[in-house]
Amino acid sequence: MISADLAHAYPELILAIGALALLVAGAFAPKQTTLVGGGAVVLLLVAAFAAATQPLGVAFSGALVTDAAAAFSKVAIYLASAVAIPLGQPWFERRGVKTFEFPVLIVLAALGMGMMASSGDLISLYVGVELHSLALYVLAAMHRDNAKASEAGLKYFVLGALSSGLLLYGSSLIYGFAGSTLYSDIAVAAGQQANTGLLFGLIFVICGLAFKVSAAPFHMWTPDVYEGAPTPVVAFFAAAPKLAAMVLFARVLGDAFPAAAGQWQQVLVVIALASVAVGAFAGLVQSNLKRLWAYSSIANVGYAVLGLASGTSEGVQAMLMFMVLYMIDVTGFFACLTALSRQGRSMETIEDMAGLIKERPALALAMTVFALSALGLPPFSGFWAKFYVFKAALDAGLWGPAVIGLVGSVVAAFYYLRLIKAMWFDSSAGATDRPPVEAKTVAVGLALFAFPLVLVALTWLDPAVAKAAHAFGLA
Amino acid sequence: MDPKVLVTIILFGPLIGAITAGLFGRRIGDKASMGVTTGFLFLSAILSWVVFSQWTWGHLEPFTVTYAPFIHVGDFISNWAFRLDGLSAVMLVVVTTVSSLVHLYSWGYMADDPSKPRFFAYLSLFTFAMLSLISAADFMQLFFGWEGVGLASYLLIGFWHHKDTANAASIKAFVVNRVGDFGFALGIMTCFWAFGTIEFAKLFPLIEASVGKGWDFAGGYFSLIDLACALLFVGAMGKSAQFFLHTWLPDAMEGPTPVSALIHAATMVTAGVYMVCLLSPMFEYAPVAKTIVTVIGAVTALFAATVGLTQNDIKRVIAYSTCSQLGYMFFAAGVGAYQAAMFHLFTHAFFKALLFLGAGSVIHGMAHEQDMRRYGALQKYLPITYAVMTIGTIAITGLGIPFLDWGFAGFYSKDAIIHAAYSAGGAGHPVGYFAFFIGVLVAGLTAFYSWRVAFFTFNGHARWTPEDLEQHWHNRDHAHDAVHDDHAHGHAQHETHDEPLPEAHHGHGHGDHLPHESPWTMRIPLLVLSVGAIAAGFAFHHQFIGEHNGEFWKGAIFNAPAEHAAGHHYPLWVVLAPIVASVGGLLIAAYMYIWREGLGAKLAANNGLLYVFFYNKWFFDELYQATFVRAAKFLGDLFWKGGDQKLIDGLGPDGVSALSVQVGKGAGRLQSGYVYHYAFVMLLGVAGLLTFALWAWAA
Repeated sequence: MISADLAHAYPELILAIGALALLVAGAFAPKQTTLVGGGAVVLLLVAAFAAATQPLGVAFSGALVTDAAAAFSKVAIYLASAVAIPLGQPWFERRGVKTFEFPVLIVLAALGMGMMASSGDLISLYVGVELHSLALYVLAAMHRDNAKASEAGLKYFVLGALSSGLLLYGSSLIYGFAGSTLYSDIAVAAGQQANTGLLFGLIFVICGLAFKVSAAPFHMWTPDVYEGAPTPVVAFFAAAPKLAAMVLFARVLGDAFPAAAGQWQQVLVVIALASVAVGAFAGLVQSNLKRLWAYSSIANVGYAVLGLASGTSEGVQAMLMFMVLYMIDVTGFFACLTALSRQGRSMETIEDMAGLIKERPALALAMTVFALSALGLPPFSGFWAKFYVFKAALDAGLWGPAVIGLVGSVVAAFYYLRLIKAMWFDSSAGATDRPPVEAKTVAVGLALFAFPLVLVALTWLDPAVAKAAHAFGLA
Repeated sequence: MDPKVLVTIILFGPLIGAITAGLFGRRIGDKASMGVTTGFLFLSAILSWVVFSQWTWGHLEPFTVTYAPFIHVGDFISNWAFRLDGLSAVMLVVVTTVSSLVHLYSWGYMADDPSKPRFFAYLSLFTFAMLSLISAADFMQLFFGWEGVGLASYLLIGFWHHKDTANAASIKAFVVNRVGDFGFALGIMTCFWAFGTIEFAKLFPLIEASVGKGWDFAGGYFSLIDLACALLFVGAMGKSAQFFLHTWLPDAMEGPTPVSALIHAATMVTAGVYMVCLLSPMFEYAPVAKTIVTVIGAVTALFAATVGLTQNDIKRVIAYSTCSQLGYMFFAAGVGAYQAAMFHLFTHAFFKALLFLGAGSVIHGMAHEQDMRRYGALQKYLPITYAVMTIGTIAITGLGIPFLDWGFAGFYSKDAIIHAAYSAGGAGHPVGYFAFFIGVLVAGLTAFYSWRVAFFTFNGHARWTPEDLEQHWHNRDHAHDAVHDDHAHGHAQHETHDEPLPEAHHGHGHGDHLPHESPWTMRIPLLVLSVGAIAAGFAFHHQFIGEHNGEFWKGAIFNAPAEHAAGHHYPLWVVLAPIVASVGGLLIAAYMYIWREGLGAKLAANNGLLYVFFYNKWFFDELYQATFVRAAKFLGDLFWKGGDQKLIDGLGPDGVSALSVQVGKGAGRLQSGYVYHYAFVMLLGVAGLLTFALWAWAA
């Protein structure tokens, strides 16, 4: 029995034991950061393989669910985490922060995110959320000599604690009214009668999770943390944790409250539109690219939530597709920022990017691709992502929200185009440093995915995502 | 050769030249471009004379060649065609002869211009458009040619497009012609609406039957044919620069002088006269329209002549002279003397082209000075130009010996017009007498300003110095060092109007910068045209306006039977009046500019009321500026600033973007950086969502 359960938890076990082993290894050989980093990447890749091949089912009395959705999201999360290590570690070392904890923390965060993706009850939900959050708090403050980074870490931690409280309070309400922490039991309880107490609990859980995906009005931490945290850490922040939290969102709503879809749909629409609006309008006045992309991520999460708000399997599929494609875009964009510096100083503002096309044509081209993709211009990947979302929303009859979402997309187009204009048409702001090869490779590789590889990738992503979406309890 | 083949070659030769020089001019080079366009034009001119001589002395009958359908929509049928009759035969020789001579003249005049292929392509394109205009068998092709010559005129006036004044003049010409063309288009539509056809051959027989059709509208009676003719005449007014729509013609002198000679003197501006004569079967049944034509023509003749008295720019004087002579042609047509109008058109083409090209030769010799106050005593330096200009002046003033019936070209045609006006007055049309008196008066004015040009330029004392000229050359070389040529001739880019010279820098007193005679490419056209100016009247007056002119026109011109009654028997004073007026003008001019040199300048300096009125062209430009231009600008501003910028942009793009930025700033202000603010917003969010959820679920 226990061995059968463990078979469903291979990816988690690999990451947990591996992380501990790396920690021990690091403790004895603190200089061997590259070795630890390499080990972490290997661990994540092995875990991804294990996640892809593990048996489907439930384990630990339903606390751990390993279905197609869990497998798909875990593979995506582990791969995104694996990319973060070679992107981040050299960056820290160039700035004199030679710590072996960075890769270990990434692995632990990945472990927590994996658990979120396959959580089957409220307890595993909370454990997963806390495990990855704690790792992220530390990561944000990793550059601890830097005041801004420390501030970012602290803010994130305090506000994260508040959201944890909301999550926990909601969970306790649900438990109190449903009599169980298992999603399947809650679904039964919620299906029998629309209990206001239960739904109150759900709202609190939604609020807690909205904080994790940085959806409005729980987005306030995002710009500050993105600006303050080290760039490669942001590259990680903006990608995998968002996917994990969105999958968790889908799990709670789809597995535990499918019967209350009519109710949570309305709440999600409000959150989605508020996010799109905040992301689009507040981004207009930003000049710091990391802040700007924080608002961009708020807006984009809004679209993902809008997909989920459709309340259908198609909506979940759209959300998953959107998040995967968005993850690639945002990682690539921050990889560009990681790669760029001028006389050792990071280039973070739009003015810094003036005339980049002459200085660093490959990176400028990659950033142009990411900006156009975020804008949703066909045939870049961002267009397909938005296409899925709007199609799902329209099929679910959400005409009004879809139109408002499109308007937000038009407004946001301004700041993406402003960046492109600065890079292509403004006069150069001076010579830049040679970009590090690993960041540049990641940036260019992901840009190539955003266009044109995406056109090929969609042919196998589409069925995989559809299969994953069907694992949830939505029609 | 078959005349149908001949006319086809005549028509399409210039087009081939235009396409070759226009599209491949850069590849084949300047010389080849000039050669091919000029060659085709001379071919057309020679063939035109062949056709014309067959028409005049042979037994050529009118015919129409149809090339291809143009527009066939329902009942609206229009074909590309060539209609040869008496009118188009005359126009053929006028257009191709002047055009070919102008092409040749331009070899010398435009020698230093960097874009010769373009210039020659435009000239040939103009010629093609003009030929398609005169050969049209229906209104549609007439309109095509009408617009085609308008386009070529626009392109050539603005040929020196780096000159602001040239651009402004080309736009002015285009816009003013739009007004005329609007009337023209309405006239064509009226014809199609009323008669169901726009083909001349089918339309004209229908006219007589529709006499008496009309409407009572707004308290007045409008006859159908009068209305159609009046609208068509508006088109003619625009193209032929008649009173009210004349303002573009003097400004059109911004174009190179050969262009002025070809388009704005000899051919295009006469298209209006040609059209009225062509439509004589319609106008003969439109008494009101004819009266309008007469009055407008006479007023134009007077107006332009008075303005011409006072102008100092040599080209402008000749431009107003053209305007005035066109007025003669129109009132001739208005009183029913279409033959005389066409005859004057024919002779005028020769002597006016001659005057313009002669003026160009003077301008060329004087280093592009156009102000006659800076001329004087040039007969010694420009003997050939002096001779031909004098011939042209004699021709335009219509000097001749009445009783021997011998004189220069203008003598025949102008006197015929004035006499026709008198007889129309006798036949019960009071406007005929009005036109007659104005015609005689203008004959005197014409003589005065024409001789003024001649005397002011060639006689008297030199009002220039070699230093002035050197300075002019110097300026010109500087302005165009891109095209460097030590013996630079004929660079007309410094043509100025009524503008004083920049202060001459003295001290460059080396070199012999004296006026010089033009090259042979410019002299030959002058000599050929001189022959025309001398003999065109004498040689052809029997055919055009003689007793048996019906044999020449072969039905192309229609005269209502009543108009034939007045014969050629005029009182002696009527016969003598034009020549007396003309000689009087000559004597006054001689008195003011030779015997009492400086009297003219003194008169001008007095700034008498009449002088100021004439000098400022009756204040027409100011009037139009104050009314039409200001009103149009006001409306434009209203729609642009009020409608577009304030209303549409303000509420639309600008307003929305400003609002977006405001919203963004507001959202940014919320981002205070304080954790407790953030936590507060989060809790507000929770409370808000809970409230919303309760409200939404209750509903």
